[in-house]
Amino acid sequence: MIQNVNKLEMKYMVMKYTNGRAQTMKLCEIKDILKAEVLCGDEFLENEVSYAFGSDLMSDVLAYVKGRTILLTGLINSQVIRTAEMADLTAIVFVRGKRPENDIVNLAKQNNMILFTTKDSMYTASGKLFCNGLEGINLD
Amino acid sequence: MEFMKYTFDVEKDDFVRAGEASSNIKRTLRELGIDSAIVRRIAIATYEAEMNIVIHSVGGQVELEIDPNSIKVTARDRGPGIPNIELAMQEGYSTASEKVREMGFGAGMGLPNMKKCTDRFTVESVYGEGTTITMEILLKAGD
Repeated sequence: MIQNVNKLEMKYMVMKYTNGRAQTMKLCEIKDILKAEVLCGDEFLENEVSYAFGSDLMSDVLAYVKGRTILLTGLINSQVIRTAEMADLTAIVFVRGKRPENDIVNLAKQNNMILFTTKDSMYTASGKLFCNGLEGINLD
Repeated sequence: MEFMKYTFDVEKDDFVRAGEASSNIKRTLRELGIDSAIVRRIAIATYEAEMNIVIHSVGGQVELEIDPNSIKVTARDRGPGIPNIELAMQEGYSTASEKVREMGFGAGMGLPNMKKCTDRFTVESVYGEGTTITMEILLKAGD
């Protein structure tokens, strides 16, 4: 617990000294933090994201998320990939060890996306990324 | 840019192909070199409209029209129509089935989000006949 608080304090210090700009995180770091497996898109592991958004509600993703954001979700149907495509999202983490069917992975490949699966739950995966400095999106 | 028009069929309950029309429209706009923020707004609004046809209607079409001043998307279905448009426009109001909600839709955000993403937005519906949603983004020089 104390360790986590210190990490959070560190994060806010970093935020302060970067003029409030969000820290970016490389996708390979996210892979390590979540002990995630890459389902497709290995070639994008060096890319960076600025924010994360966790939701099983694609309507919320369409309404609020934009740019350089990684999506965490427990849904594995093709509409997750379509939603990401429309919102210009290129990185998705499936939580609770969920794994989409091959045709859904192929749809992601066609759209140059990187897909991960982690055994962590939504809450745990989100908490780990937040503690390591990856912020949520601004809702305004 | 000349006037261009494309039409895509959308089938009811076809959740595998749902999104293909929007995907084609997004690709077309990107290939024309339209500003990426505008492409994103049109793609999201079109996808919401396409999902509505799949979820709520007996089938329909999505039409893309491009001219030098604007990009217009018309989503037209063959019924059944919306009994109360005012109610349907309220955030959070939805008549979607449990199956649709399990897929991450049916939160009652579709119509308000289409309106938010576009410069001009109209819904016309006759219950028993069908619904037509018209969405337009105006282009400025350089878009």
